Amino acid sequence: MIDWLLLFSNAAQEIISPTTAAYALAALGLAVHFGFTGLLNFGQAGFMALGAYGYAIATLTFGWPVWGAVLFGIVASIVFALILGVPTLRLRADYLAIVTIAAAEILRLLFTTNTFEPVTGSANGLQGYKGGFEDLNPIPAGTYGFGPWVYNEYDWWVRIFGWGLVALAALITWRLMKSPWGRVIKGIREDEDAVRALGKNVYFYKMQSLIIGGVFGSLAGMIFILPRAVVPSNYQTSLTFFIYAILLLGGAATVLGPILGSVVFWVLLSFFSGFVARAVEAGWLPFMSSVQAGQLRFILVGVAIMLIVIYRPQGILGNKKELAFVK
Amino acid sequence: MSSSAGANGAPVKSTGLHVGEPAPGVKKVDPIIVADGIKRQFGGLTAVDVEHLEIPRGAITALIGPNGAGKTTLFNLLTGFDKPNEGTWTFDGQSISGVPAFRVARKGQVRTFQLTKALGLLTVLDNMKLGAKGQSGESLARALFPWFWRKEEQEIEARAIDLLTRFKLDAKKDDYAASLSGGQRKLLEMARALMSQPTLVMLDEPMAGVNPALTQSLLDHILDLKKEGMTVLFVEHDMHMVRHIADWVVVMAEGRVVAEGDPHEVMANPAVIDAYLGSHHDQDLGDPDTGVVTAIKELADDDADESKH
Repeated sequence: MIDWLLLFSNAAQEIISPTTAAYALAALGLAVHFGFTGLLNFGQAGFMALGAYGYAIATLTFGWPVWGAVLFGIVASIVFALILGVPTLRLRADYLAIVTIAAAEILRLLFTTNTFEPVTGSANGLQGYKGGFEDLNPIPAGTYGFGPWVYNEYDWWVRIFGWGLVALAALITWRLMKSPWGRVIKGIREDEDAVRALGKNVYFYKMQSLIIGGVFGSLAGMIFILPRAVVPSNYQTSLTFFIYAILLLGGAATVLGPILGSVVFWVLLSFFSGFVARAVEAGWLPFMSSVQAGQLRFILVGVAIMLIVIYRPQGILGNKKELAFVK
Repeated sequence: MSSSAGANGAPVKSTGLHVGEPAPGVKKVDPIIVADGIKRQFGGLTAVDVEHLEIPRGAITALIGPNGAGKTTLFNLLTGFDKPNEGTWTFDGQSISGVPAFRVARKGQVRTFQLTKALGLLTVLDNMKLGAKGQSGESLARALFPWFWRKEEQEIEARAIDLLTRFKLDAKKDDYAASLSGGQRKLLEMARALMSQPTLVMLDEPMAGVNPALTQSLLDHILDLKKEGMTVLFVEHDMHMVRHIADWVVVMAEGRVVAEGDPHEVMANPAVIDAYLGSHHDQDLGDPDTGVVTAIKELADDDADESKH
């Protein structure tokens, strides 16, 4: 028989999990890029990888303190944004898409190659960088929480830090998008020549947007590695597409959409994978092996993305009115 | 130079804009744009090849010519949206050759587009506010702190609502620009351009696709620009409109300026008739482009009528 209580409790844990926070923050960065500025960044996984590796390498190889390591990850993503943006932001949106998807893959392969093994750990990745972050934990040792959310002091510290960062990023994004700066950014999304004709340096604004969203992605990469190790295979192109799924689910041009989208995405994904795995065990799906069942959830994600784009293209929190007109 | 509406409601034309005989490249008394040797080639095609051109200040200048004459290309070159193969040009005495479009706009030379560029998913009011120049809240560092720009924002909003009222769009201020009709979008684009308080307004086919009911109001708005001391340069196909409001007409054909002059003289210029109808227009080569022929004949008739009075 299926243990429904366990299924729901596992799904409920995803609501505040650090992975959900990391995806929410990465999706928020993508909202700045794609939803507000109209930049087609298909390399968000690359920004996340830079945050993760930047933090881990700065800690392990350089022996820097936490703040230095965080700063290093941020600077790495700014440099990456500049490298991507300088040649492509003067061109049409599609060029950025091609360049970002390729650049993110190049980064991942560079982190995987054996040549840099002493620094990057090659395919095995990196671990043992959490000491500094643990030392900053103000929560006394012990187990806290209620219901399905019972964690030790480190797990709570990761969650509080991760969601705190998400909240701060959301606040900044909200403030920016309500300001005249945000008005220029949204104008660029609609038609950059019109904005240029009004005396705005479109190239400069697009670069600023690429950097802000990239830094959010890089911080998301740091949250992502706090509960696990840095492994290069986590930063495949599919990661970017999951983040796009989250963004579209929540609403591309919204501030809270990516956050809600991430929560819904992870709760559903956890629930479905748990359900399918147990259904196979219980013999409800006799045509399927447990290995096949593990892959089924990604098929379901694909189907869900298609359904959203067809039936609710504005996302959960998106404005219906925006879609009454075809651009 | 004189302006403002005449006694019978017809706009009073500015005269005495040029020095010497009107001919392609004639000197102007007070030019706002002076262009020299501008050449733009697309592969083997020379789209624009202008030796010398001066646009008079404080007047309404029309840029006309058959399709493919290079009017819009010249527009794009002068506004920095395209770069010529060679040539120099100045605006208000300063060289703006090779200056990027956004800097040209900041100098007070603002343009609109042939295909209207209303920012669809911004409200009409946001479209307008975007037009204002030098907003401190548009800098990333200050955008986060509203107290730096709140007062400025209120002033901009007041100015935007003022302009919207003039263009009869104030009732639509909170609607998405995408919900406006084609003509209203043209009005919005013009109003938005005015938010930047320009000295030269460049309109690329302001009448294209505009419902005839709105034509008169658009014409009045263009005449108002002149009254307020702005210079207007526009590209247009509608000959009636050109004759009605333009003080000066520049005719282009095959990338060159073939004639210049006041609207009445220009319409009678053989070079212009050649440009539109081909130099063999008086020989029977089959069916000519009847639309243009009718338009030019009508204009000639209008001229004849007027000279009787």
